[in-house]
Amino acid sequence: MMKDFSTTSPPLEVHDLTVAYDRRPVLYGVDLTVPAGSLTGIIGPNGAGKSTLLKAVLGLLPLSAGWVKIFGGTLAQNALRTGYVPQRESVDWDFPVNVMDVVLMGRYGHLPPGRRPGRADREIARACLDQVQMLPLARRQIGNLSGGQRQRVFLARALAQESDLYFMDEPFAGVDAATEAAIIDLLREMKARGKTVVVVHHDLSTARDYFDRLVLLNMRLVAAGPTAEVFTPELLQKTYGGRLTILSDVAQSLGEEP
Amino acid sequence: MRRTGWVAAGLVLLAVAPAEAARIGELTDWDFGAQAARFFSLQDPSVRYALAGSMLLGLCCGLMGAFLVVRKLALMGDALSHAVLPGVALGFLWGMTKNPAAIFTGAVVAGLLGAVVVQWIRATTKHREDAALGFVLSSFFGVGIVLFTMIQNLPGGAKSGLDGFMFGQAAALGPEDVWLLAGVTVLALGSVGLFYKEYVLTSFDEGFARSLGWRVKLYHYSLMLLLAFAIVSALQAVGVVLVSAMLVIPAAAAFLLTDRMGAMLAWSAGFGMLAGAAGAFFSFTGRSLPTGPFMVLAAAALFLLALLFAPRHGIVGRLWRRRSRAARIRRENTLKAIYHVMEDGGFRDEAVAVESVAGRRRETTAGAGREIGELQRAGLATEEDGRVAFTPAGWQRACEIVRNHRLWELYLTNAAQLAPDHVHDDAEVIEHVLGEETVRRLERRLNYARRDPHGKLIPGLADLAGGAPPAERVAGFGGKGGAR
Repeated sequence: MMKDFSTTSPPLEVHDLTVAYDRRPVLYGVDLTVPAGSLTGIIGPNGAGKSTLLKAVLGLLPLSAGWVKIFGGTLAQNALRTGYVPQRESVDWDFPVNVMDVVLMGRYGHLPPGRRPGRADREIARACLDQVQMLPLARRQIGNLSGGQRQRVFLARALAQESDLYFMDEPFAGVDAATEAAIIDLLREMKARGKTVVVVHHDLSTARDYFDRLVLLNMRLVAAGPTAEVFTPELLQKTYGGRLTILSDVAQSLGEEP
Repeated sequence: MRRTGWVAAGLVLLAVAPAEAARIGELTDWDFGAQAARFFSLQDPSVRYALAGSMLLGLCCGLMGAFLVVRKLALMGDALSHAVLPGVALGFLWGMTKNPAAIFTGAVVAGLLGAVVVQWIRATTKHREDAALGFVLSSFFGVGIVLFTMIQNLPGGAKSGLDGFMFGQAAALGPEDVWLLAGVTVLALGSVGLFYKEYVLTSFDEGFARSLGWRVKLYHYSLMLLLAFAIVSALQAVGVVLVSAMLVIPAAAAFLLTDRMGAMLAWSAGFGMLAGAAGAFFSFTGRSLPTGPFMVLAAAALFLLALLFAPRHGIVGRLWRRRSRAARIRRENTLKAIYHVMEDGGFRDEAVAVESVAGRRRETTAGAGREIGELQRAGLATEEDGRVAFTPAGWQRACEIVRNHRLWELYLTNAAQLAPDHVHDDAEVIEHVLGEETVRRLERRLNYARRDPHGKLIPGLADLAGGAPPAERVAGFGGKGGAR
């Protein structure tokens, strides 16, 4: 389960990835390689396709073209090595489960169908909850948590997956300052342990401090690389400065065509 | 939320009361006691079948319904149960008999066809689930009614007994029906028991389940198939129109009672069985009355009880907590008034006149007397000859409240830059809810300030630690902050 730098395959390799909703393309021909042990932020304006990229990579959306390799293979082959933190709003927080139940879900990938989590899984889940300082709330129903606490629960669940590559969809959105600091500490610690983390991020002002690599996205890949190289006024202007109007108009008309 | 709760409660009462009254009046004529005795002795095989069948269907529908309710798919049960009707009719036409196997197959196929049509409308049009469900529910039901009417007009069709499928007739359950129900229940219990974690995760977080490489669609459609099985096997006893109620109501009641999925499944199945048994009982004692409505009324009564008495979400519990909080706030405001009167007198007297407290509270003397009576019962104050004094506990609480109020005012003026005359009303509310930890943080933030924005002294730790009566504390107060 540990990192394997020996088998040169990068954790994530994306080639010519194109995604369309109802035939209306939202992402065009993205090429991307994420090196092992990096902390990568995906940034771009609203509607740039940041979450779409993540979901397409995870196989949650069909690809119109291109391919995705996880550790040189398919996602199904490497599902255990891939962890996922969805957007908080994607689930119903009134669902009758408590904090511990949710974190244990991180262990489900390791269990065959029909097998329930055991004592060892509970120990792991407890340790992960402790790591995000949520152990005292283990028995709390998830609806009675603040936004920051909910995000910590999702992170603990991802930690319990014990994966090598993590995808996180807007983990910093709408959390309190203390949680934001706790999350970035956690991400850096994961990086230090050789994990690879890819984060969809909405806040340009913190992006440079948080990530050592950045992916600038606006319907197509604008730039990707070490933060120092791509966090430049020109590239940011290219990413955020207005849409490529012809590209989005054509995309629109493709969707409207009968 | 609360108002709709009461309206629902009223409606259920209205629905239950006349029905019960009519039944009981009628039942005395039919010798209710003898029928009930026959029912409970379980001598009669038809009673045994009716009871066993109704309880099994309650269990089965309760289990499946719990998943529908947490997935916010309650209406899916309604649509499926109506969609099976044409299948029932076609199953009957197959051999012109009520052959359970033929009817079961026809109904399951029709139900699944309904589910597929819902999915198809959602995928290919801009309609959302509600319109698709509404379309499938009513159009399939319409086809079913047409077919039923045709069967009634066929030779031998009038005695087909198919009308039992509309409102249910537990008394008509035969051994084959009960075996069918038992089989479906075992299948449902087995699937849910074995694949519990799969069904829970795919219901809670589909995206995460798919990222694990799970085949989410497989679990979704197996759940829909089990649901169709449950509905079809329950039809004979509850009827097409009301089977969805047995899916939704026990599960909705269980949802109010617990925050854990496992417990919710158990409660829901238990409520379903109870409602099923009650429906069978009333149907039997009431001479060929339809079972479905009685089952649903029993389930609705259980829901009403859960709505009222659920420990955390129940109306009674919430009202009780609100009342006790209001009483606490009233007590604390009285304590504060006594403190203010003492403060105005420079803490020279250990006891102050009830009239002064009443003036401070803008109350009549009698009203203030009642409030002070409450304080006495709570052991916070004593009253003698129209003068009231704090007990040590009362003094401590009064100091805390006054401290919370003044700290908060100071915090708002200092940190939030509000004008001193804007902060009082907010502090009136906050003073009752500030926890000790927040108070410590406020004190640190304000550098342990001694005076509030209006120049009044803020009681400190020393004033409330000992809990000594005010007379002994005056020196301490004056010593630190200077005499007023």
